[in-house]
Amino acid sequence: MSTKHSRSLARIMIAPAVFALLVWMLIPLSMTVYFSFKKYLPLRGGDLGWVGFENYSRFLSSSSFWPAVGTTIFIVGSVLVITVILGILIALLLDQPIWGQGIVRIMIIAPFFIMPTVSGLIWKNMFMDPTNGFLAHLWRAVGAEPIQWLSHASVASLVTIISWQWLPFATLILLTAIQSLDSEQIEAAEMDGAKPIGRFFFIILPHLARAITVVILIQTIFLLSIFAEIFVTTAGAFGTKTLTYLIFQRVLESQNVGLGSAGGVYAIILANIVAIFLMRIVGKNLDN
Amino acid sequence: MRQIELKQVSKHFGDIEVIKPIDLQINDGEFVVFVGPSGCGKSTLLRLIAGLEDVTSGQIFINGKDTTQLAPSDRELAMVFQSYALYPHMTVRKNIDFPLRMAGLDKNERARRVQEAAKALNLTDYLERRPGQLSGGQRQRVAIGRAIVREPTAFLFDEPLSNLDAALRVVMRLEISELHQRLGSTMIYVTHDQVEAMTLADKIVVLQAGVIEQVGSPLDLYHNPKNTFVAGFIGSPKMNLLSGSEAEKLGAHTIGIRPEHFTIEKDSGLWEGKVGVTERLGSDTFVHLHCPQLEQAITVRADSTLSVEYGEKLYITPDTDQLHKFDANGLRSHGQT
Repeated sequence: MSTKHSRSLARIMIAPAVFALLVWMLIPLSMTVYFSFKKYLPLRGGDLGWVGFENYSRFLSSSSFWPAVGTTIFIVGSVLVITVILGILIALLLDQPIWGQGIVRIMIIAPFFIMPTVSGLIWKNMFMDPTNGFLAHLWRAVGAEPIQWLSHASVASLVTIISWQWLPFATLILLTAIQSLDSEQIEAAEMDGAKPIGRFFFIILPHLARAITVVILIQTIFLLSIFAEIFVTTAGAFGTKTLTYLIFQRVLESQNVGLGSAGGVYAIILANIVAIFLMRIVGKNLDN
Repeated sequence: MRQIELKQVSKHFGDIEVIKPIDLQINDGEFVVFVGPSGCGKSTLLRLIAGLEDVTSGQIFINGKDTTQLAPSDRELAMVFQSYALYPHMTVRKNIDFPLRMAGLDKNERARRVQEAAKALNLTDYLERRPGQLSGGQRQRVAIGRAIVREPTAFLFDEPLSNLDAALRVVMRLEISELHQRLGSTMIYVTHDQVEAMTLADKIVVLQAGVIEQVGSPLDLYHNPKNTFVAGFIGSPKMNLLSGSEAEKLGAHTIGIRPEHFTIEKDSGLWEGKVGVTERLGSDTFVHLHCPQLEQAITVRADSTLSVEYGEKLYITPDTDQLHKFDANGLRSHGQT
């Protein structure tokens, strides 16, 4: 695959895929940018002409903007911390030879197969419902007043739901990483006098660095656009409005496509800032 | 008293008895080599001493203390693994420093000892590199460095040279031997290569199917093998083992003759043979002869000046003073020959 002929053939062969990807990405992006400079109200007159940066300044000066950015970052950050830490612990447990290992593994992975909408509804109605939810029964069983989870501890509840959903993903990737650790290295550490805690921090954790990086990068991409869980539980109330959700409200509830598009451009910028930040901190783990 | 003693140590994996009850004593400063074909349990025996496997029965004493139930980290042994098992995310310095750090030594003392070990092993220039940037021989030296800094009771080597190429293996073999002379510490070394065993050991332990066949110095094993297994395993090329009518004539069920104990003549001798492959090593020439009377091939060492052609006839006579005689059970039937 290295003659001049085969190289140019390879380029021709991948060209359609590259073209399709570009179209797929560029058309929605340019349409978003296009609408963000227009006053476009589908039910109130349609396309009302160019307005320059007005949409951008309106979106930014809206009282919901900064809280939405804050909520987004808080939810993403908390879910990352919870899934990575719990993921490592569960992966360490699953790596032990236990009775019924196969079934336990499948059950641990199950939440990942449940659709976000469904898991949001399950948590809302079966666990967090203040009168009939499982948690309410549990609280009453010990004589405590049931907590109104989704209104009084709304962000924490959402973090719980989303973490529950993404924990299997983190666990699975970290488990395969733990299993790829050369057992002679652990034995060498044992001979060198390292106790279990020492072995974890000096050998296992550095070995997992790359897998943790992958988990963080992939999860961040998906968590920034979390939507269904919020939609079916709090519908953006009680301080659970993320940037994604705010854009949704602008476009569909206020029927203002221009304003929503400007928000979309802000979301792209935010995602890139987070990405650069992440690559700086953890990206170097991917190099070696 | 730096001494390791095994008393009736055995090991089962499920129903399979990998090590049958073994008694063994390893003295201070001795270089002991466990040698045997693959699957004979030599690595398992080493891992039992290290504490990486639990014994099924029996006791292990290190320095007179019963360590059978102790964790590997509490046995004061150091081990060099076949894969070296260096920590890939640490520099050479940190790799060598790791056991000292785990032992909680003070910083200056650690730096001094790492420096010393690095100097002894010619690693000073590589201290800031990662294992991934080193060659096989250098990695091997780092693994040894990691073992020597702790000044352990004994060093355990688990086939440390098997991942190196032939030339480097000879060099590292000398280095390990040199290290043993200099440190004077006890070393236990596992290998399947009898040349390594012969060149390194003070004491060789020959294992087969979880049983110790013989323990002794290299030359003791070479000259007085207890049974046909040891006779065939020690020495390169292998000892010729003959049984049948020709062996009966010489008064044993099986007789063993080393390749160097033959007289070769062109016109007359005890056995006639047709020359097969000749291996010329420069200093020696090994001739493989097909002898119709013996119904098997015989390896004979000849002078390097001997000129023979494929298919030529040669006569050989064994040196009767140097015969090894074994009975029907494969055991040596009389003492020194």
